[in-house]
Amino acid sequence: MSRAVALHLGLIAALFAAQFVLPTYHQGNVARIMVLATYAIGYNVLFGYTGLLSLGHAMFFAAGLYGLALPIQHLGWGAGPALLSGVAAGALLALVVGLLALRTIGVAFMIVTLMFSQAFYLSVLLAGTWTRGDEGFVIPAAKQVLFGIDLATPTTRYFAALALFSLALLATLALVRHPFGKTLIAIRENEERARMLGYDTFRHKLGAVVISGAISAGAGAGFALLFGYAGATFASVQYSIFPLLWVLLGGAGTVIGPLIGTLFIFYLIDYASGLTDAYMAVVGVVLVALTLFAPQGIAGELRRRVWKGLP
Amino acid sequence: MLRVEAINSGYGNAQVLRDVSLDVAAGEILCLMGRNGAGKTTAMKTIMGLLPLMSGRITLDGQDVGRLPAHEVARAGIGYIPQGRRLFTELTVAQNLEIGLMTRKSGPHVRTRVLELFPRLSERLNQRAETLSGGEQQMLATARALCIEPKVLILDEPTEGLQPSMIEAIRDVVVRLRNEGVAILLVEQRVDAVLALADRVAFLENGILAETVTPERMRTDAALLKRYLGV
Repeated sequence: MSRAVALHLGLIAALFAAQFVLPTYHQGNVARIMVLATYAIGYNVLFGYTGLLSLGHAMFFAAGLYGLALPIQHLGWGAGPALLSGVAAGALLALVVGLLALRTIGVAFMIVTLMFSQAFYLSVLLAGTWTRGDEGFVIPAAKQVLFGIDLATPTTRYFAALALFSLALLATLALVRHPFGKTLIAIRENEERARMLGYDTFRHKLGAVVISGAISAGAGAGFALLFGYAGATFASVQYSIFPLLWVLLGGAGTVIGPLIGTLFIFYLIDYASGLTDAYMAVVGVVLVALTLFAPQGIAGELRRRVWKGLP
Repeated sequence: MLRVEAINSGYGNAQVLRDVSLDVAAGEILCLMGRNGAGKTTAMKTIMGLLPLMSGRITLDGQDVGRLPAHEVARAGIGYIPQGRRLFTELTVAQNLEIGLMTRKSGPHVRTRVLELFPRLSERLNQRAETLSGGEQQMLATARALCIEPKVLILDEPTEGLQPSMIEAIRDVVVRLRNEGVAILLVEQRVDAVLALADRVAFLENGILAETVTPERMRTDAALLKRYLGV
């Protein structure tokens, strides 16, 4: 087993063990962080490894959220099939958006993804009859059951979040070690060169959008299922910016970066809001400092200073 | 091997190449010369499928490659090393080569052969490409292009800005590849390099292929250089 695999399995083991020592309050937080970090992992596939900056990932997260919540609410589906439909909704949306948005590059790609995402957000509001818009709706506790396990208790919720996160983490680790992932990195470094070596870069980028969208949707579906709520806020532009921040601070293009970034910002906000009402000012200063002194993000700095082979 | 027949191409509405025809045989080095703006780089980009063909035909061993998307031109067996090297700078030497090898799923013998051509690279396998010297970067760019085992190799001023010993090393490899039967299309500005390497020399002038001559003719006819290169 290589050092990289050992590190990531060790991280999962540490998170597993943490459940037994963390106080209830933090246990709930970490469960939430793991689901959001899964979202960040999905974002990182596209941004960190392929070099495409999307400003519209909230639509994929929300596609997973509603792809799970709507069939449960209106069609009476169970959690299992609803989870699958959530991921499928995200992957399908990503395929369509990717086919159109990838005709552009750079700033235009950012704008086009932002526009698609806003259109999605407004559609959620327009379909208020079913989605109940901003107000959202609660998924009944009776439906938060998967394979006979009640996911609404703190302990099972924690382990379910860990399972979701581990799956995404190990999947990206496998992806970046696979030829497909290596080609994505080559495209990030120099797309035209990759083409001149015989790679169909459009298809690779489209694949990256779909994988990224599917993982983000998995996180959205997991979020709705574990925390029992779906609302339009999760489709708003704010939720497109969050994963960008988490990934940037944690370290774009590293497998563990998304978790580090999500954990860091979550607890930074948590801690700062205990100090002052103007907690966003504290968060802002820390973000500026990190951008100045660790432009590669936390895991990026680790890679630079400690271990160059960090995947 | 590579045959270009009466191609017209350019950027959008601005036509650059007019009815350019040339061919490179296996085991031959054809040098393309011309002033700045004559259309040398445009010609190469058109062959590689990076610029659309307005009319004309490009074939490789009889197979039409003129209208293929760029990545399929490379897959068909045309390697292109652009000016200014362009590596995957954050990746190591080994990773850069690996990306090249993966395209056609080339086996380990290709890697061994490529490293044997450029022994310096085997000492630097785990070094990031951006930390290499200019000459080593050119070696890596060439080595990576060779990973797809091209039948035709297109080089755009490979020795520009390099120290003499490096120029020598790169030239040796180009000659060796020629002797192994690769067709080589070389864009070069330096007359001495062309005289030393070329089997034939083609002059481009304002997007038109003016004349194709032997190096002997170039050596003896000073008016030729005056006319096409202004030197």
